[in-house]
Amino acid sequence: MNNLVILPLLIPLLTGVLLIFFRKQIRVQRYVTTVSLLLLTVVTIALIHQVSVEGTQTLNLGGWEPPYGIVLVADMFALLLVLATVIVTFCCVLYGFRTVGEEREKHYLYTFIHFMIVGIMGSFLTGDLFNLFVFFEVMLLSSYILISLGGEKGQLRESLKYVVINIVSSMLFLVAIGYLYAITGTLNFADLSVRIAETGQDGLITTVAIFLLLVFAIKAALLMFFWLPGAYVVPPMAISAMFAALLTKVGIYAIFRTFTLIFYHEAVITHELIGWLGVATMILGGIGAVAYWDLRRILAYNVIIAVGFIMIGLAVFTEVALAGSIYYLIHDMIVKALLFLLGGVMIGLTGTNQLREMSGMIRNHALLGWMFFLAAFALAGVPPLSGFIGKLLTLQGAIDEGFYVMAAVGLITSLMVLYSVMKIFMNGFWGENQLSVEDEKMSTKGLLFPCAILAILSVGLGVGVEWVNVYVLQAAEVLNNPQAYIDAVLQN
Amino acid sequence: MKTNDVILQTITSISAFIILAFGAYLFFAGHHDPGGGFIGGLVLASALVLLYLAFDMETVQQGIRIDYKILTGIGVGLSTLTGVGAMLLGFPFLTHTFEYVDFPFFGEIELATSVLFEVGVSLAVVGATMTIILSISEDA
Repeated sequence: MNNLVILPLLIPLLTGVLLIFFRKQIRVQRYVTTVSLLLLTVVTIALIHQVSVEGTQTLNLGGWEPPYGIVLVADMFALLLVLATVIVTFCCVLYGFRTVGEEREKHYLYTFIHFMIVGIMGSFLTGDLFNLFVFFEVMLLSSYILISLGGEKGQLRESLKYVVINIVSSMLFLVAIGYLYAITGTLNFADLSVRIAETGQDGLITTVAIFLLLVFAIKAALLMFFWLPGAYVVPPMAISAMFAALLTKVGIYAIFRTFTLIFYHEAVITHELIGWLGVATMILGGIGAVAYWDLRRILAYNVIIAVGFIMIGLAVFTEVALAGSIYYLIHDMIVKALLFLLGGVMIGLTGTNQLREMSGMIRNHALLGWMFFLAAFALAGVPPLSGFIGKLLTLQGAIDEGFYVMAAVGLITSLMVLYSVMKIFMNGFWGENQLSVEDEKMSTKGLLFPCAILAILSVGLGVGVEWVNVYVLQAAEVLNNPQAYIDAVLQN
Repeated sequence: MKTNDVILQTITSISAFIILAFGAYLFFAGHHDPGGGFIGGLVLASALVLLYLAFDMETVQQGIRIDYKILTGIGVGLSTLTGVGAMLLGFPFLTHTFEYVDFPFFGEIELATSVLFEVGVSLAVVGATMTIILSISEDA
C-alpha cells in the first residue's frame, strides 16, 4: 500500500473543484493552477524515484484486496507518461494564460483542464478495465467541453462530430468489457492476465481483444483518425497542443497495456494486425501531412503519423522495440506540444493558418524560428535530438525480427514528416519579410518561455539518453514481462 | 395571456414536501435497501424542478438562494475529502469505517463514513441536474 500513488489524481481533482469557487478571480485561478501543477511535478518525480528503487507501487483503494477492489498500479511505464503529461500541461497552461482570453478563462477553463488531467492520470495509473473506462469518460467529457468552450461556429461543428464518434466508441468499449467479463469473470488487469494465461487465449478472447483494439484505435487515432484533424484544428492553440500531446497517447497507452499484459498469447494475429494498422496510419497520415498548406492541419496529421510509428514497437514485441516505443512516446508528447505551441505563435503573429500567406518571420523572430527548426528536426529524428533514439531502437527491433516492410515505411514517413515541417519552416521563416513589427496581430511576450522549457527538455531527452535509459529500460522490462506486474498487484 | 395555475401551485406546495421527504428517505435507505445518494439526489432535484415549473424562476430563486454550480463543487469536494480523510489517518485512499452508536431516543444506529461520501454524491447530482435545467431554461 502506498498512498502516494493516488496523488497524481487527487491533486488535480481537488484543484479543479477548488477553482469552481473562484470563477471570476482569474488571477487566483492562474496562481492556483501553477502551484498545483508544480506540486504535481514534485509528487510524480518522487514517485518515479520510489518506483525505480523499490519496484512497482500499488494502492488498493478502500483497503480491498485485488481482484475484489480497485487497484491503482504505478509502474515505470505509467509514471513516465504521467510526468510527461504534467510537464506538457504546465507549459500549455502557461501559454494559455496569455492566449486563451478572459472570456474562456471565466467559464471554468482551468477546472476542466484539471479534470481532463484527472482522467488522463487515472487512465495511466489504473489497474482495472472498467475503471479505465470511467477515467476515459472523465477525460473525454472534459475534452468535449474544452473543444467547444468559446462556442465559435467551427468549434460547434467539430465538437459534434468528436462527441458522436467518442460516444459510439465508448459504447463499444462498454460492450467489449461486458463480453470479457462474461468470459473471464474478472476485470482486474492482473487477474485477467492470470486467468487468460491459465485457460489459454482461445478464438473468443482474441475476438474480444480485437474488439477492444478497435475501441482504443478510435481513441488513439490508429487508422480510425477521421475525427482528429478537424477536432484538433478548432480550439485555441494552447488547448489543441494539450490534445495533440495527451489525448491520443492515452489510447496508445491502453493498447500497450492490454496487449502486453493481457492479450499477448496470440501475437501472430493481434500484434501483426496492430503493426499493419500502424503502417496504414503512417502512410495515410504522411499523405495528409504532405498534402496540406494549412499549418494546423499539417501538425494534426503529424500527430497521426506518430501514432502509427509507435505501434511498430508493439508489433515487433521485443524489449528493444518496446523501449524504442516508450522513448518515442515520451518524446512525441513533448515535441508535439512544442510544435503546436510554436505553430500557435506563428498563426497568432500572422493571423492566418495558410503557409502561402506567411514568410520571412525569422528577421523579427529569430528565437521562434530556430526553436521551430529544432522541434522539426527533433520530430523527424535527427541524431542529437530526442526523436532519434526512439526511432533507432524501434527500427532496430523491427529489422532484427524481420519486419522489413514496417521498418521501411517508418523510415519513409520520417522523411515525409521532415518534409512537412520543413515546409512550414521554409515558408514561414525564410523569404521576403512581409510583416513589420507593427503589423503583427499579437506580441510574443511570455509565449516563448513555455516553448523554451519544452525545447530544452527535447534536447535534454536526446542528449541525456544515458540518464533516461535506466528508467525506460525498467518500463520496457515490465511491459515485456507481465509476471512482474501480476506479482506486484496480486501479492501485496 | 397569464394562465391561472392556482391548482398546480397549491398541489405543488404540498407535494414538494412529500417528494423532498421521499428523497431524504431514499438517501438514508441506501445502505441496506434500494436507494442511495444518486437516486436520492435525483428525487430531491425533481422536487426543485416541480417548484420551478409551478412558480416562476424569480420567486423560487428568492426562496432558495443557492448557486447550484457551487453546490456541485461542494459535493465533489466533500466526496473526495472523505477519501483524503482516510489517507490522513494512514489508511488507503477511500477506506470507510462504521460504528454502532446508542442514541438516547432512537436506540442503536449504525453510523458509517460512507454516508458522508453519499452526501457528496447527492449534492453533486442535485447541483448538476439543476444547473443543466436552469441554464437551458434561462435563455428560452
